[in-house]
Amino acid sequence: MFYNIIRFIALITMQVVLFKNIGYYNLATFFPYILIILLLPLGTSNFFVYVLAFATGLAIDAFYDSMGIHTAACIALAWFRIVFIRITLEMDVRQSSDSPSWGDLGSKWYISYVFFGTLIHHLTLFVIEVFSFQNFLMTSLSILLSSLSTFAIILLISLLFYKRKSRLGI
Amino acid sequence: MKNLWLFFIRYNAFFWFLLFFTVAVILAIRNNSFQRSSFVSSSNVIVGSFYDRLNSWKSYLDLSKTNEDLARENALLRQRLQKYILRDTVDSIPLADSIDESRYEFIVAEVVNNSIHQKSNYLTLSKGTKAGIEKGMGVITSNGVVGIVLHVSPNFSTVRSLLHPDSRVSVTLDSTEAFGSLVWGNNIDPKLAMLRDIPNHIKAEKGQVIRTSGFSLFPKGIKVGEVAETGIASGESFLDIRVRLSTNFYNLHHVYVVKDNLEEEKQMLEAEREDNG
Repeated sequence: MFYNIIRFIALITMQVVLFKNIGYYNLATFFPYILIILLLPLGTSNFFVYVLAFATGLAIDAFYDSMGIHTAACIALAWFRIVFIRITLEMDVRQSSDSPSWGDLGSKWYISYVFFGTLIHHLTLFVIEVFSFQNFLMTSLSILLSSLSTFAIILLISLLFYKRKSRLGI
Repeated sequence: MKNLWLFFIRYNAFFWFLLFFTVAVILAIRNNSFQRSSFVSSSNVIVGSFYDRLNSWKSYLDLSKTNEDLARENALLRQRLQKYILRDTVDSIPLADSIDESRYEFIVAEVVNNSIHQKSNYLTLSKGTKAGIEKGMGVITSNGVVGIVLHVSPNFSTVRSLLHPDSRVSVTLDSTEAFGSLVWGNNIDPKLAMLRDIPNHIKAEKGQVIRTSGFSLFPKGIKVGEVAETGIASGESFLDIRVRLSTNFYNLHHVYVVKDNLEEEKQMLEAEREDNG
């Protein structure tokens, strides 16, 4: 609980102070704040995930002056998270109060979780931002490049906090 | 009834998704129109004062550059002043046009937030209605055009940057009198913009200066940029010219908000024309 609040504040601050100013034109931008939603405890109820995603998106929108765009992307990400966790994890794991972590759930699971989550988020974000199929090539290029850069940053952050837990209890 | 209820519970993730997503998209669409609710934007007090504090740290980093810019502008103004001081008043009677003289006022404001990496870029200024800033005013710096005021609160205002697909500024090509509009469009580089609607028969050369025309919010004759590339084929009877902007959007610190004292009168007159069809 405590860690989640700290993570929320730290990631939003970092996004607004640091990552907002970094980018390759507007082709590749970084949105590592989506870790807030990705790392909510596994047992969080669906409704609560949506409420938090909405709040996160709104907070980012306020700083980006982009009313509703990040909110919509975060909601899409929340849906992805719920579906992905329901499909891939066992019932008892799903109800634990831990955050999904690299160490606990394995590289394969964690990397695909982050990768597809990032992709869904950026896809929604850029499509709603452009709101047309004009310049589709440009849009898809920025979706791809931005997803890859966000993905890389998220993996980097995750590596910094990587903690391998022994599953045998030794 | 019970089955329906079970159905909703079973697929609650999807229904919550529909509900929340619709709300978010409605917010986004309402934002596209000019009159959006300005509550959740960087002109509200919490977000604005956060950026204000952040900026007071950041401005130290560029202090020497800012000083240099201000000093250069001072020098330029002093030079112009000199011309008036040295003028021999005996052989010329000054006939100042009182309309032009008091037409524009400039309000200095500090940029507390600026973005250049988005598709639609905005700025936040540290002054608002208390300093006399109103919606729709133009914003310039000492070396170019910045944007148009979008929202104002008592202490802050947000500005739609020139780097926004909806921004348009009426400009002229120096020495030709031809006018067109400057747009950023779908450009991705904050240093470049496009000049549209200049007729085909006008000869544009590389390096030619582009200035504001005075038709819109900005005073006439402010340098906007230079022609960087001409002859981009658009297949129509207008030239498309690529412009290198003279405003440096990477580090904006102090800007001037242009207050046009005759704006209301001008708009009233122009509205009358539209009423008559």
